[in-house]
Amino acid sequence: MTGVSALGIDVGSATVKVVGVDDAGALCWDALEPAQARAEVQIARMVEDARRACDTLGGGKVSLIATGCGRGLVHQAVREVTEITCHARGVFREVGHGGTLVDVGGQDSKVIAIDPGGAVTDFAMNDKCAAGTGRFLENAARHLGVPLESLGHVALEAREEVRISSTCTVFAESEIVSLLAHGVAVEPIVRGIHRALILRLVAMIRSVGLVAPLMLSGGVVCNPAIGTMLAEETGQQVVLPRHPQLMGAYGAALIALEGR
Amino acid sequence: MNPAASLAYACNARVLGPAALRAARLHAEWQARGGAGRSPHLAPPLRIAPRCKEMVARHWLEGRYVQGVRKVAWVTSGAPVEFLTALGFYLLYPENHAAICGTARVAVDLAAAAEEAGYSRDLCSYVRTDLGSLFSGRTPVGRLPRPDLLLACTNICQTVLFWYRVLAEHFGVPLVIVDTPFVYGEEASPNSLRYVGTQIDEAIVVAEKVAGRALSARSFERVATRSRRATELWLEILQRNRHVPAPISAFDQFVLMAPIVELRGQAATVDLYAAMLCEVDERIRRGVASVREEKYRVLWDNLPIWFRLRAVAELLAERRIAVVASTYTNAWGELAPYLDTASPRESMIRAYTYPILNRGTGHKLHIMQGMIDDYHLDGVILHSDRSCKPYSLGQMDQRERLTGGLKRPALLLEADHNDMRCYADEQAATRLAAFAEMLEAQR
Repeated sequence: MTGVSALGIDVGSATVKVVGVDDAGALCWDALEPAQARAEVQIARMVEDARRACDTLGGGKVSLIATGCGRGLVHQAVREVTEITCHARGVFREVGHGGTLVDVGGQDSKVIAIDPGGAVTDFAMNDKCAAGTGRFLENAARHLGVPLESLGHVALEAREEVRISSTCTVFAESEIVSLLAHGVAVEPIVRGIHRALILRLVAMIRSVGLVAPLMLSGGVVCNPAIGTMLAEETGQQVVLPRHPQLMGAYGAALIALEGR
Repeated sequence: MNPAASLAYACNARVLGPAALRAARLHAEWQARGGAGRSPHLAPPLRIAPRCKEMVARHWLEGRYVQGVRKVAWVTSGAPVEFLTALGFYLLYPENHAAICGTARVAVDLAAAAEEAGYSRDLCSYVRTDLGSLFSGRTPVGRLPRPDLLLACTNICQTVLFWYRVLAEHFGVPLVIVDTPFVYGEEASPNSLRYVGTQIDEAIVVAEKVAGRALSARSFERVATRSRRATELWLEILQRNRHVPAPISAFDQFVLMAPIVELRGQAATVDLYAAMLCEVDERIRRGVASVREEKYRVLWDNLPIWFRLRAVAELLAERRIAVVASTYTNAWGELAPYLDTASPRESMIRAYTYPILNRGTGHKLHIMQGMIDDYHLDGVILHSDRSCKPYSLGQMDQRERLTGGLKRPALLLEADHNDMRCYADEQAATRLAAFAEMLEAQR
């Protein structure tokens, strides 16, 4: 295993990710944990773990760049860079081309236009609410009693689909309760909530303008229904990097590597 | 005229109050010389800023005591007011009052009072702020005088129609509406201009009746001349930002524009802007930049976010971004060529028919494209203002054209000019930071 030359940390709303890259920019070390309430303590511990790993792998003292909504809490970082730039950088390096990147995170979603050279040319983010984000699916899963890990499979295997008219997390909950009260089965509702989220994403994609190919990143895209149904709605194939959840931290590490 | 009111007015609005405001101004000037409150990224405010603040404060102070002394008209920001000033009316701009509430961060509490009375949160936050102030009696300016006349001009939005009808019902005073047909093409039709002219004539008749005297042609011409001169000077000040680095930021302009809106027919306003122009020229000569390390120059579209004015300015300046032009502040300068002092009535018809919000989205795009060239801009921030639909309409298409055709990064920043509940600090900061990173990457 090669040494770690730079580190990136992505402090998201649901998880904290740390990635180490080698001299050539290849992802060579990573850690992922659910986000804890005592964020600064968790960050300090994870950074310390990463530093130790660097020592073990022969990297020595390397620079760290922070991204994610909690990036301001990473006092050990040399610089903060937004998730938009970091996800774009990580995915571009991973897939080797530009296009339209859809990053679906725990509390926000972004659509990022990346030019053939890897630069961000435009982006859109969800407004001040959880519509179109992982939180929307989490809430629905809890109400429906379906484990989050199997939510996507349930959606894809459903033979029917009911329409959830609201992408507002609060209103959608009311709709789900009402549908269950009317005896509607769980599976069509699960598929319906995925459709609502996808339509919200498609609206954001349209606001930026879709330039193929469509690429995905963020923890929520590990749910297989997101890629499948997004491809269905847009008529485009979607490209999924190997570690979609780590792309923000990976991009941060790449920027740290360039700035050495 | 009420003698007690006149005495209170003379003492408070003419002697004691102005003396206190003058002392406050001198104190502010002294503090500024000492470098108090300086930002590491922004140039200090213009030396004339305390004088501008004093002038505006005097206007609102006068409003507290003017009842029963002068006739009062409440007017929309785009209303033809020159004949009202010539007739001696004290003019109150509810929109400016709402903006003061926004910067004082009391707008949400006031808006809540209007919402409790049944006004929807989907209404403009200026409307809710002012109606809430009216219903609760709370205002950061002390007291608002009751209007004797209401004048609403539809050249900024259609909301004012309904807003002023509520005011007319509340106060039981005459409401004059000047309806300005939307200008779809390059020129307004002769019929449209005639229609606006007829309404201005009718408005003058009503205003004369309320004022109890006839409009003097000489006074009207004098006020129109001052209006034109102040507007020309304001435009010149804005255009000085074509210089690199820019001497005055759009955030400064948002504050310094108050007199051009609410005091534009007055001699003191002309003097203020003439002195301001001299100071801006001096800054250019001395190489003073509004953003100390200016590297990127951008345009701001739409109203400012009043309650985060300083925070957004600092955030951008820290990243070496200077907001050097704005379609909003430009709106009070770009009409200067229409103002012909020889025929005030005719010039008013044209000037008040052609404001940017009374024209198509293509016209605004054209204005922005021109500003990008004239001011050497690297990008555009489009404030998608939840409250101001006419201003925000078309921004998606405008952004597409700016990013596509002109290859300039354009950020759509979702916020509101007064309602803090429609604004998320963290999300806005991330958007602005990502926009800065785009600008950096394109250099």
